[in-house]
Amino acid sequence: MDHLDQLESKSIYIIREAYYRFKDIAMLWSVGKDSTTLLWLCRKAFFGKVPFPIIHIDTGYKFPEMYEFRDRLAREWGLNLIVGRNEEKIKEGMGPFKGSKLECCTELKTNALKQVIAKYGLKAILLGIRRDEHGIRAKERYFSPRDTQFKWNYEDQPAEIWDQYKSKVEEEEHFRIHPLLHFTELDVWEYVKRENIPIVELYFAKDGKRFRSIGCVPCCSPIESNASSVDEIIEELKISKTPERAGRAQDKEDTYTMQKLRALGYM
Amino acid sequence: MTDDSLKFVIVGHVDHGKSTLIGRLLYDTSSLPEEKFEEIRATSEILGKEVEFAFLMDALKEERERGITIDTAQIFFRTPERTYVIIDAPGHKEFIKNMITGASQAEAAVLIVDADEGVREQTKRHGYLLSMLGLRQVCVVINKMDLVGYSRERFEEVKGDIAAYLSDLGIFPSFVIPISALRGDNVASPSPNLKWYSGPTVLEALGTFEGIKIEKRPFRFPVQDVYQVDGKSILVGRVESGEVRRGQKVVVTGKGEETSVVSIEKFLVENPEKAQYGESIGLCLKRQEGIGRGDVIASEPLPRATDTLRGSIFWMENLPYRKGDKVAFRCVTQEAEGEIEEILRKYDPASMEKKEEGAQEILPAEVAEVVIKLDHPVLVDPFSFIPEMGRFVIEVGGIPVAGGIVSEG
Repeated sequence: MDHLDQLESKSIYIIREAYYRFKDIAMLWSVGKDSTTLLWLCRKAFFGKVPFPIIHIDTGYKFPEMYEFRDRLAREWGLNLIVGRNEEKIKEGMGPFKGSKLECCTELKTNALKQVIAKYGLKAILLGIRRDEHGIRAKERYFSPRDTQFKWNYEDQPAEIWDQYKSKVEEEEHFRIHPLLHFTELDVWEYVKRENIPIVELYFAKDGKRFRSIGCVPCCSPIESNASSVDEIIEELKISKTPERAGRAQDKEDTYTMQKLRALGYM
Repeated sequence: MTDDSLKFVIVGHVDHGKSTLIGRLLYDTSSLPEEKFEEIRATSEILGKEVEFAFLMDALKEERERGITIDTAQIFFRTPERTYVIIDAPGHKEFIKNMITGASQAEAAVLIVDADEGVREQTKRHGYLLSMLGLRQVCVVINKMDLVGYSRERFEEVKGDIAAYLSDLGIFPSFVIPISALRGDNVASPSPNLKWYSGPTVLEALGTFEGIKIEKRPFRFPVQDVYQVDGKSILVGRVESGEVRRGQKVVVTGKGEETSVVSIEKFLVENPEKAQYGESIGLCLKRQEGIGRGDVIASEPLPRATDTLRGSIFWMENLPYRKGDKVAFRCVTQEAEGEIEEILRKYDPASMEKKEEGAQEILPAEVAEVVIKLDHPVLVDPFSFIPEMGRFVIEVGGIPVAGGIVSEG
C-alpha cells in the first residue's frame, strides 16, 4: 500500500464505522474538491451505492458552475440529493454585505444546516474537512459530538485512539464525522488524479486565475495561477507558500473568526 | 511497501519546548506560509510577546492567551525526500487524554527534555505511555542547550537520567541529540555551538525512521458490517494483520467454522486476487450465514477466545474508576460489557516509586495491571504479537476512559 492507499483505507474504515453506528446519517457536499473526494470515498466504501442522502447547503450565492456540476453528478451517480436553504433569511436579503460575514455564514450555512438536520432527524453528518486547512481544524477529532445548539466543546474532546470512536449519542447530540481529516490539500489533488475524480472547473486556471478554495461568489477570490489541469495544480502546490484559504473572506475578519464559527457549528 | 511519509509525535514535560521545536522545524524547512508567519507575528505583538512559534500549533484562543497547549493537533511539512506529519501533544497532566489521542496515531516519537530542568514528571509519564502505545522508534532531544552554555557535561548528565528511565521501560532511543529549538541548533542543520557532538540533527534522525511495516503475520479480518449489494452479501472490514487471497481457507473464529474465500471485493477493481495489511475491503466467503460485526475471519495460528483478560491499562479521563463500575470493552470491531475484576497493581508513571497492590480504584493518569471479566468471550492476540488485535479501549457511560494492551498468556 502506498501513501494514498493508506489514506483511502482509513477514510473508508471511518465512513463504514459511521454508517454502522448511525443509520440517520447524511453527507455534506459543498461541491468543492474535498467533499467531492469524500463523496467518491463514500461510493468506494459502499461499492457504488451510497445508502444515505447527500446534502448541499445552498446560500443562493454559489457559482453557476457549482449548481451545474452538482446536478450532473447527482444524476450520474444516482445520489439522493437534499438541497438545504435558509429560505426565510434569503428572502430577507441576508448577504455578506449586510452585517458581518460571521452573521451571514451563521444564517445561510450553519442555520440552514440546522434546519435540514431537524427536518430529517439526522444523528450524524459526514464532512470533508482536513487538518491542514486551518489551525482550528487541526484540532478536530474524527467523531466529534455537538449539542443541539451545535456547540463544539473544543476544550474537552473525547479521547480517540486505535480507531475506537466515541459514538454514543445523547438525545440532544449529533455527531460530526470527518473521514478526510488526515488528507492534505496536496494529497487530495494527488488522489483526484489517481482516481480520476470529476472536479468542478472553477479550480482550473482561466485567463491566469483559478480558485484554490471555493464557496460563495462574493466571499471567494481567485489566485493568480496558470495551472489548468490536475497535474499542473499538483506542481503548483508543491512550491506554493500561500495558505489554501487565503482567498476565503470569512477566515480573515479576525484571527479567531474560524474558531468562533466552528464553535457555533460552522462546517 | 513504499511509503514516503512519516507521522511522529513530539512529547515531553510542560515548557520543555515541544511547540517551539515544531515551529523551528517548519521554519527551517521553509514550510511556513508567509501569511501564517505574519498572522503569528501580529498575534504575538497584540499579546505583547516575541514571535511565538508555539502559536503555529496553538491555534485556540485559550491556548494563545494562557500560553499552553490544550489539545493535540497535526501539521505537515516536506523535505525533498519525504512528507512528515507532526503530531503536537499537550504536556499538562490534565490534558493527558489529548496527548494519548495524538501519540496513538504516531509511527515514531521525539521526547523532548529541557537541559536546564532535566527529567520531570511528564517526561516520565510520556515516556511510559510511549512504551504502552508500542512506539519503538524514539529520538530524545535535550533542548535549551543555549541556557546551559552548550555544556557537554550537562548534556551527558541529562542523557544518562533519561536513558536509565527509558531502558526500564524497554525503550532504547535511537538518538539522543543536544539542541536549541529557539536558536535552531541541531534542528535542521549542525550547530557550530555544539562542535563536540557528531551525531545527526533532528531532521536527519527523523529521516532514518520508518513508516508502517508489513510483516509476515497470520491473517485477521474483524468484520465491520455486512452489505447487500446487487443481491450479493459482502462482509466489509479492514485487514488488521497478514494478507488474504482468493480461494484461501480461513476460519470464522467467532463461530469456529472453517470455510474459504470466494471473492475479494474492491470498488471498480475486477476480481482482485489478494488484499494486504491495512486495506479496507469486502470479502465473500463460501459459507457466511450468520456472520456479522464482531466476528473475526482468521488464519492459523488463531486468536485466543476468552472472557477473562489480563492487561495493562492507562487511565485517560479526569474521572476515577471504582471497582465494581460497569465498563464497555472495545477491541477492533468487537464489543463486550464487563468490569475490572481485579486491580493487581497500579501506579502513577510520573513517580514510579509508589506501587500499590490490590487497590480499589484507579485515578486519572494512573496506569494499572488488571484482570477484566467480560460477559462473553472476545478474540484477542497478545499486543506483542499482533498489536491491532491486542489493544483495547474501555468506556464508561459511552465515554472512552482508558486504553490498554493484552498481556501474553
